[in-house]
Amino acid sequence: MPLALAAMVGIMCERTGIVNIGIEGTLLLSSFVAFYFAIAAKSIVIGFLAAMATGVAMSLLLALMSVTWKMDQIIAGTIINILATGLTSFFYIQGNMLPSMFKQKPIPGLSNLPFFGDVLFKHGLLMYLGFVVIITLYYALFHTPWGLRSRAVGEHPSAADTAGVSVAKMRYLNVAIAGAIGGLCGSYLVLELVGSWNRGFTAGKGFTALALMIFGRWNPMGALAAAMFFGLAQAGANQLMINGTVNIPPQFVGILPYVMTIIVLAISAGKVRPPAAEGQPYEKGQS
Amino acid sequence: MSALLEITGVSKQYPGVLANDNISLSVSAGEVVALLGENGAGKSTLLKAVFGLVKPDSGEIKIGGDPITFGDTAGIISRGVGMVHQHFQLVPVMTVAENIILGDEPKSGLFINMKAARNEIIALSKRYGLEVDPDAVIEDLPVGMQQRVEILKALRKDVKLLILDEPTAVLTPQEIDELLSVVRNLAKSGVGIVLITHKLHEVMAVADRVVVLRGGKLIGTTTPKETDEAGLAQMMVGRSVVLQVNRTEAKRGSVVLEVKGLQVRDDRKILSVKGVDLSLHKGEILGIAGVEGNGQREFVEAICGMRQREAGEVLINGVATKDMHPHAVHEAGISHIPEDREKHGLVATYSISDNLILNQFDQEPFAKGWIRNLSEISKNAIAMVEKFDIRTPSPFNTAGSLSGGNKQKVVVARELSEELPVLIAAQPTRGVDVGSIEFIHNQLISARDKGAAVLLVSAELDEILSLSDRIAVMSGGKIVAIVDSKGADRNYIGRLMAGLDK
Repeated sequence: MPLALAAMVGIMCERTGIVNIGIEGTLLLSSFVAFYFAIAAKSIVIGFLAAMATGVAMSLLLALMSVTWKMDQIIAGTIINILATGLTSFFYIQGNMLPSMFKQKPIPGLSNLPFFGDVLFKHGLLMYLGFVVIITLYYALFHTPWGLRSRAVGEHPSAADTAGVSVAKMRYLNVAIAGAIGGLCGSYLVLELVGSWNRGFTAGKGFTALALMIFGRWNPMGALAAAMFFGLAQAGANQLMINGTVNIPPQFVGILPYVMTIIVLAISAGKVRPPAAEGQPYEKGQS
Repeated sequence: MSALLEITGVSKQYPGVLANDNISLSVSAGEVVALLGENGAGKSTLLKAVFGLVKPDSGEIKIGGDPITFGDTAGIISRGVGMVHQHFQLVPVMTVAENIILGDEPKSGLFINMKAARNEIIALSKRYGLEVDPDAVIEDLPVGMQQRVEILKALRKDVKLLILDEPTAVLTPQEIDELLSVVRNLAKSGVGIVLITHKLHEVMAVADRVVVLRGGKLIGTTTPKETDEAGLAQMMVGRSVVLQVNRTEAKRGSVVLEVKGLQVRDDRKILSVKGVDLSLHKGEILGIAGVEGNGQREFVEAICGMRQREAGEVLINGVATKDMHPHAVHEAGISHIPEDREKHGLVATYSISDNLILNQFDQEPFAKGWIRNLSEISKNAIAMVEKFDIRTPSPFNTAGSLSGGNKQKVVVARELSEELPVLIAAQPTRGVDVGSIEFIHNQLISARDKGAAVLLVSAELDEILSLSDRIAVMSGGKIVAIVDSKGADRNYIGRLMAGLDK
């Protein structure tokens, strides 16, 4: 689930033509901020809001570098990752505790459904919010003027520009929204799922999310399905380890979901088609 | 009547080119103004400025009496300006309907009302007689249909000023007739129209006024009544002053390069060379004259191995060169001064000395086996810079640091230094100052005198007339005539170039 949300961050950016490999950094820093603001303010809500603000700020930095300064977007994303690692390592203090966490709030009735009840309706507030974001994003991207313009900017920016759609504005806006989703994802991880923070907390989730985004063909629903597939593989691996059914070192079982992702990606790679203008800064008047 | 569009003193400098030089122009309601000029004369730049996509360095553009703001394309559209761009501005993976409504979508609540969009487009296409399928995906459509979508997109708003940037380049004759009648009807209903085209008969057919640009400057204004196609061609093609070149009689030898039934497609996959037969003899300069965009570029690229051939043969000394790699073509004895020196002629980030040996970097004396011989490379560079008068502080500076004319000299120096049997020179003096032009011309003549067969492709008719021994005129992808340059009639060739007198 956090992976699906993180993949939304990627989709939001790439659909408008910005490659965001800084998702990892955004998650890391926003989860960190969520943790310490929640402790300092003794309120997880404030922690959550601070994380959202952090996500947006990181995104605006990415937009500044890649849209305004027309920097190489891979480098811009790497800067964000390094920045997040540096800041969190520097300010990290061991042995803090959260005042509380977002608790599971099963939805009455629905949570009693067999299987789906457990999977979909026994979560905390942030998880539900995440589901809403994914579904909203799907409809927004494919059925609203905003979505049409976003996709046009990502596919053929000069076509959008000549139709009177500002490429820079769309890219800034969407990257900022992506940052907010990143903040939501970061705070979900720390305030609802885990409850504590340590160095390297996000453990590559931002990068896995990029793979899931591709696997899901830059479609929110596709990425959600991809994340569920990945989660299933992970759960399967966990089961294997707990049961001890197989007599192989747990490290090898642990890599199973990642190996499966690589295989699936390799198979589907030839068929998927990224937004055409991905990674290209837009110069006005050059067509 | 007040002017719909008023351009006053607009200039735009690009690195190395003055694209627009103090241009003033006005268009009134109900008027069709044709903007003529060769590629690179600055037409597209000017019209992009009108659309807010290019920021002029100076001057003012007014629409309906009010100045426009750079970047405010949405505002300009809402003031009734529609533009059909030369390069399609359509998102290939989206549908016709999505492309047309982009930027101003019919809504129901928060969502796009696709049904309303579809109905609107069907009504629109009925109104103008331009049929399209709103649900077709752009990339599946043939180019003519894509062009239709572009035009509908521009017509969707209540257009007062319609700009058409080479709208007929990809259309069939019937489609062109349809489009021209749409243009006439729009003008009748009071729309001001600016039409850019290379096709002179279209200009004669629909324009009320013709404005000719050359080299970024406004050369003159005329009307179809005052002139004819040949007159327009002359205005477009340029100076009537023939650059004097001292040239002796050619000593024509045997055939070196032979082209048989060559057919080539351009980047848009349209057949642009439609069956060309040509033979090039030792010791002559054969000039190919033609208004740009009539297949010359594709023709040269196909001979040099840079573009796939659709059909036909190219023989060098009687040996076929079927789909050869450019390097193999070079080995077979063809040197090539490419039309686009920045893209195909030089590696801008390499030194001048390396650029001078790009065609022989792996041969003696510049390399021994796997090792480059740096002292020979620099010796060669120093000699070439001297001989070809390449103006640079050092032959080891990057080629990108040179001015346009000096870059061209590097390319010419490299291609001529080998003295291969065939030299193909495409637009060898484009963007080059007068002094260098003369120098390059003399180099081409002396290559000929040494026995090389020279194929000269140029859009400058004067260049062709003063250098060539024979002149082949290319129009519409075909060689329409081959004439001896002695006593060649300039006006006759001009008319042939314009596609008349077939």
